[in-house]
Amino acid sequence: MEFAGLLRGPSGDTGDRSGATTRADLQLEPVFGAVVQGREEYDLLPIFRAPSGDLGVVEFRQAVFRDLERPAVRTAFEGFAGSLRSVRRSLALAQRLPVPYQGARWFLDAVREYVAAARRLSAALAAAEPRSRGLRELGEFLTEYLATAKFLRLAEESDRRGAAIAALRYTLRIEESRVTVGAFAGQAPFSAEVAATFARFPSGARERGTRAPRERPEMDPVEEAVQARVALLFPREFAELAAFRDREREFFDPTVARVDREIQFYLAWLDHVRRLTERGVPFCYPSLSERSKEERVLDAVDLALVGTRADPATTVVANDVAFHGAERILVVTGPNNGGKTTYARMVGQLHYVAQLGAPVPAREASLLLVDRVLTHFERGEPTADLRGNLLDELVRVHELLAVATDRSLLVLNETFGSAALEDALFLGREVLERIARRDALAVFVTFLDELAALGPATASLGSVVSPEHPEARTYRFRRQPATGQAYALALAERHGLTYEALRRRLPS
Amino acid sequence: MRVRLLFPDRDFDPAVPLPPWAREVIRDLRLDPVFDAMAAEDPYLRELVPKVALAGLADPDAIRYRQEVFLDCLAHADVLEGMRALALRALAAERELWGFGDSPSSVLYRATRLLDQLLPTLRALRALGGAHCAEFRSRGMQRLLDELLREIDAPFFAEAEAERAELELPRGELVSARLGPGNKGEDYVLHRGPVERSGWWRRAWPRRRSELTFEVDDDDETGHRALAQLKDRGLAASARAVADANAHVLTYLDGLRAELGFYLAVRTLTARLAALGAPFVRPEPRPTAENALAADGLYDLGLALTSPRPVVPNDVRADGRPLLVVSGPNQGGKTTFLRSLGIAFLLMQCGSWVPARRWVASVPTVLRTHFKREEDPALRGGKLNEELERMSATVEALRAGGLLLANESFASTSEREGSLLADGVTRGLLDGGVRVVYVTHLYDLTRRLYREEAERGLFLRAERAPDGARTFRVLPAPPLSTSFAVDLYRQVFGDPGAPE
Repeated sequence: MEFAGLLRGPSGDTGDRSGATTRADLQLEPVFGAVVQGREEYDLLPIFRAPSGDLGVVEFRQAVFRDLERPAVRTAFEGFAGSLRSVRRSLALAQRLPVPYQGARWFLDAVREYVAAARRLSAALAAAEPRSRGLRELGEFLTEYLATAKFLRLAEESDRRGAAIAALRYTLRIEESRVTVGAFAGQAPFSAEVAATFARFPSGARERGTRAPRERPEMDPVEEAVQARVALLFPREFAELAAFRDREREFFDPTVARVDREIQFYLAWLDHVRRLTERGVPFCYPSLSERSKEERVLDAVDLALVGTRADPATTVVANDVAFHGAERILVVTGPNNGGKTTYARMVGQLHYVAQLGAPVPAREASLLLVDRVLTHFERGEPTADLRGNLLDELVRVHELLAVATDRSLLVLNETFGSAALEDALFLGREVLERIARRDALAVFVTFLDELAALGPATASLGSVVSPEHPEARTYRFRRQPATGQAYALALAERHGLTYEALRRRLPS
Repeated sequence: MRVRLLFPDRDFDPAVPLPPWAREVIRDLRLDPVFDAMAAEDPYLRELVPKVALAGLADPDAIRYRQEVFLDCLAHADVLEGMRALALRALAAERELWGFGDSPSSVLYRATRLLDQLLPTLRALRALGGAHCAEFRSRGMQRLLDELLREIDAPFFAEAEAERAELELPRGELVSARLGPGNKGEDYVLHRGPVERSGWWRRAWPRRRSELTFEVDDDDETGHRALAQLKDRGLAASARAVADANAHVLTYLDGLRAELGFYLAVRTLTARLAALGAPFVRPEPRPTAENALAADGLYDLGLALTSPRPVVPNDVRADGRPLLVVSGPNQGGKTTFLRSLGIAFLLMQCGSWVPARRWVASVPTVLRTHFKREEDPALRGGKLNEELERMSATVEALRAGGLLLANESFASTSEREGSLLADGVTRGLLDGGVRVVYVTHLYDLTRRLYREEAERGLFLRAERAPDGARTFRVLPAPPLSTSFAVDLYRQVFGDPGAPE
């Protein structure tokens, strides 16, 4: 049976030039870097760099993600990945080690681990009854593969050889510099006698143990000499070991190898999700549409901020996103360092991550499945050539508008921020009107309050100011200015210290 | 074998660090002078005592179990001290044998030397226990000595010494192994060397000896290093077993050091207070649900240990009242009174006597403090927020039957706002089954509580003599609306309006 893999959509760079800029502006590269950390051998970044606008692909992946959130399924694949890593390590050693029989033994162990891994995965998938098409088809593929004559022979022979070797026990008698190898005759361990004598005392935290000599895969000359004599003691078992390796060199199935890589895309993201969930960041599966531009997102956070914070105690502020009716452009205003850039970045990230088919950092999300996220973030210090800068910006925005469709999301951060006020107002109006005519979605961060109320296509988002501490940054954005409330009671509520909250906290 | 002097059913682990909340309780109740007096400059006890004291017991019978041991300690301190001295000496020997090498052969070497010290210690401990076991009355001491005499008996010493001799490997090293990954040996096990070469020894070597034997040349340095490693692999399990055996004995001696140490520290404090002529009485722990609290001559122990002047004792009658509200003039002794209560509860819960002439009180399931923080420049602007955060963390730890000692909580905001917050917290806790002692000058709060919580509350006021002077006594009285800050002002600046 042909198995088409676990990704279905693009799994490598699509060549979209704007993709790299988008990921840089949204600070997704460091996020993805953290996500794939420790999984370098799988080369996963190309998958994260290939968002898809195809609802079929995205829903196929969401279903696989959902399956993998069930511990039984997830554990199955984690175990599988761990086993195949150890298979690859053993095969590398089998290649490298020169001592007779030693490489053959590593090879045998690699095959046994491979056989066990494939069987365990198949059994676990059958037991877990995955709901996603991807994992169901994988299960069917494995069932067929495990029943092939090739696999069955591999399993049976590796098992028999392995059991034979494991059963061998030998003794060493060491007197001065002479070592004598012999067969084991069932003597009792001395350490057990000592342990029994002192068992009447409590065991505690004091045990430190000993450091075993560092075990490297290579044999030292004494180990080599011992192995050579153990081989004399058990000649048949050792001869069969060498023959097995020569017969089974091509055992690794390419589809199994492919699954091993592609599942890591899912596990890597879910690991990241779990790390953040433990710190209180909510995640959800966005419900996606290819047409509707009614968007509703609750309690979303910026992945770049939350994923790189060294101090896990700091909570990152969550914000909502909403496009109602004819609204197409969120105009974000507020004080400097108030979180406007973070907010814009977050909206872009939500749409990009949704395109990967992955859960997004929000409590609830309904999103347009965009065809692309296009960004323009003002970067670094503008040069003295103001006219040149403005020109560059206009060229860039023009490029974005040229590729933007009515299914694109534009994220424009402080665009024209260095222009003269009058110019910035004029250009801002023009660009917003063009976006509105294109019927694309956009987030527009600006210090110009006038741009926040241009018409039915724009919705104004303002930074929330706390009445008692107007100097403090809340990093929150709302459609309306905050209403003056009793600040203390609001604080008490937040800390769970009102009478009602306490009654809930202390059930009597 | 277990020490079990602090708990009838489990061991005390001195390695567990103090939780962060405990540091707050120590700071709020000013417990450091108390612990200093108990430790009497012994750094080990200074670290240990707070850990026992702050891990209070909630069960009156568990408290009585310790009180009995402490009575034995008062009567036979010399025996307890002798046992602890033996433990200390063996533990010191362990430190002297501390070495760097952690290879199996060096571990085995050190473990053997240490075993040579521990076996005599155990003999001495047994002898001391045997001589005095009839004198003890407490469940804890009786159990400890019975077990000691039963478990480390003559057969134990015979076995231990025979094994000690075998560790010298008098007949070379005999190990067995299996073929591990890559056919390298693993699962090495040391066996007793054969007494003579007969029987199974011959069956084990059916082939010609020469084929299965090899010898490492004298000048083969790599080979000898490898051989030494092989020997080490063979010794590892046994070295670990001997080191573990030592560790087990040391764990027991560690337990003696800690648990005997705690009782001896309380005894030190008792002696110190006797010298000062301050009462220190066996408390009567009552079940949590009774909300009992009756004290005579209750005083702030920390203050008594550090102040050159005599401290003012107070009497309290608050049986059946889960709420105590203490109001009154600033610096009138409110906080001192609160501390004296807190320290007495805490000492009762760890099995110690308490600073009073009489003390009968319900045992709280958990004790926490929430004290106003002194001005902290780092927190300016966020003070109320900081207070709420701290209170929330405190509440998180509380549960029904708990006790909260609050000192000027929510004073960092306006009186109206502070009272509103404090009222919600206080009544939320009371209705959740938590006992609350609240020291406050928030008049809005005390008035409201006085009006609406007359049944559950006892209202105390720092006393002011007719001439305005403070007596530092705290007596039942309804809250007064006037603050006494004007007094302090007068004391410091003289009469308001008077020329400077």
